[in-house]
Amino acid sequence: MIMSQTQTKRPSTAPTPPVFELIEVEQEFSVPQPGRSLFNRDTVGLKALDGVRLSIAQGASLALVGESGSGKSTLLRVLLGLDAPSGGRALYRGKPIREARARGTGFARDVAMVYQDARGSLDPRMTVGQLIAEPLRHFNIVRKGEEAARVAQLIDRVGLPTDAASRYPSGLSGGQVRRVAIARALASEPSVLVADEAVSGLDVSTQAQLLTLLRSLQRDMGLTLVFITHDLGVASYLCEEIAIMYLGRIVETGPTDAVLDTPAHPYSAALRAAAPRFFEPIPEPLPGEIPSPLDLPNGCRFSSRCPAAQEDCRLRDPQLGQQGAGRAVACLHPLTSTGAQASETR
Amino acid sequence: MKDMVTQPILSLRDLSVHRGAAKILDRVTLSLAEGETLALVGESGAGKSTIATALMRLLDGAKVEGSAEMTGAGDLLALSERQMVKLRGRRLSMIFQDAGSALNPSYTVGRQLITVLRRNLGLSKAEARSRAIELFTSVGINDPEGRMSAYPHQLSGGMQQRVMVAIALACNPDLLLADEPTSALDVTIQAQIVRLILAQTKSRGASCIFVLHDLALASQSCDRIVVLYAGQVVEAGPSRDILERHRHPYTKQLKSCVLEIGTKDITAPEGTVPPHSEMPVGCRFATRCPRALPRCAGEAPPLQPARAGADGPLDHHFACWNPE
Repeated sequence: MIMSQTQTKRPSTAPTPPVFELIEVEQEFSVPQPGRSLFNRDTVGLKALDGVRLSIAQGASLALVGESGSGKSTLLRVLLGLDAPSGGRALYRGKPIREARARGTGFARDVAMVYQDARGSLDPRMTVGQLIAEPLRHFNIVRKGEEAARVAQLIDRVGLPTDAASRYPSGLSGGQVRRVAIARALASEPSVLVADEAVSGLDVSTQAQLLTLLRSLQRDMGLTLVFITHDLGVASYLCEEIAIMYLGRIVETGPTDAVLDTPAHPYSAALRAAAPRFFEPIPEPLPGEIPSPLDLPNGCRFSSRCPAAQEDCRLRDPQLGQQGAGRAVACLHPLTSTGAQASETR
Repeated sequence: MKDMVTQPILSLRDLSVHRGAAKILDRVTLSLAEGETLALVGESGAGKSTIATALMRLLDGAKVEGSAEMTGAGDLLALSERQMVKLRGRRLSMIFQDAGSALNPSYTVGRQLITVLRRNLGLSKAEARSRAIELFTSVGINDPEGRMSAYPHQLSGGMQQRVMVAIALACNPDLLLADEPTSALDVTIQAQIVRLILAQTKSRGASCIFVLHDLALASQSCDRIVVLYAGQVVEAGPSRDILERHRHPYTKQLKSCVLEIGTKDITAPEGTVPPHSEMPVGCRFATRCPRALPRCAGEAPPLQPARAGADGPLDHHFACWNPE
């Protein structure tokens, strides 16, 4: 691990630093101690993120996958610079994200966000045209005279009907509302698009329409895409890389197809098995639920639900380590046998 | 053809639901055999949940036509509210989509289950309590005694859904209606809950109607699939026929949108379901159909049997003028 905390501030050290780099990021929240009385002020630390390492290169598409409670949304807030991590470093193009964000509008313009609740993210009193024009004005993207033309262009690009500009969000369907949110995100001409469950809760046909749109946007504009989803089918369709999270940690990452074809972490394998597949009998699911982060199991945090847990899993906490080409896994006994044991003993 | 299904527990005939000028359900006919699991699939607005809610007689402010004969109970749609109260929970019960809002937030989950048991089965307090603990155990709630005194908000989404399953099965109903029971849950929990519902209904010999939007999940859990579009049945039959030998272009489209792991190509369909004010008089899918003929827009196709070869399945039906 590189410990050059002061040197990395020089932008010339690396030819092109990754868009995002997370180094041992921790995020600890103070929460009331469980079972405390009403007048007791005791708090305990809840680690929503615990030693997250992640690097997202320019032009990459990454799916962040995991059950609720795995820390996906906390990670997202760190990536967007909304929260400073309580430990470790979170970098955007080599600079701390919080600093980049504080220094003018460059970061906000370059990193656009599509929120999970698209309807809630749009002001109901503004028309679609006004909503899309807002970021154009805020970032001074076009001159006043060209604004209407650019709005029309964006409306067309995301596949909304031409007359949508004069309509209000309340008059749009769920799929159309998400298109408006995407158009707004694209208005600032970002190079990074971060989307939180952007296609969940939609009908399959609407979902298919949005996914084909997102894929064509990503390809045509060379966007770097960070896509939070719980649907492995969506992840494998849209993203080249995948990071699977469990209880505040990334437990496996690598090329999406490789990870889903031969998952190395038993948790990845369990998620894969639970995804519906035509006429396959529903396999025995993982027992129980994700434990509370206040009450972590000893050793590996997945050991309490792991079907392949062994004696040492309850004693040693595995770190994310290399596992084949571009892959990494945090498991003492990874499922793919090739090279697994070798890297483990090293 | 429908009559050839052995021992239907439920047969729905020409069920229509009007809300104002809109006909949100249009002459839906289907039957359910004893011990069978059936999936209602389709996009939002297709009328899937409306069918389930109409059967429970929980539709407010809508005009309901048609009949729903249930063995030993008569026509569910013609019963008085007093008779219906006796059936709900005992012979037919429903698992709602969002367990968090279906459970009463101001009572413990134990009390909610005990109330159902005492009211419907006339058990004593002590009997009801021990039966409730048994039920919680059977739906996989660990520490069932402790959880009896938990309020719904203290439980995770998966646990809340298990409580709902326990309440719905408390009186061994013959028919269980499950309205998107897992759409708010993580995939691992979804697999747990669907397995649980299937195991519990199978062991009790009950029939089950699932409302689903996931065709892959439907194929994994149900014997038969009914595909709905804009309030009409467009195709119905055994799961394998619907997914592998479907005749209706909409079924094909719905299937092509399903993303399995490794799917790299999907064909996104054009357009959306038309609003009720602009519904075509003929086939409701005509405006979006790649195979539409001139007659489709003006003339509604009837449900007809799909005779896929001489030994084709008899209960596979579709409604299309220009089938696949």
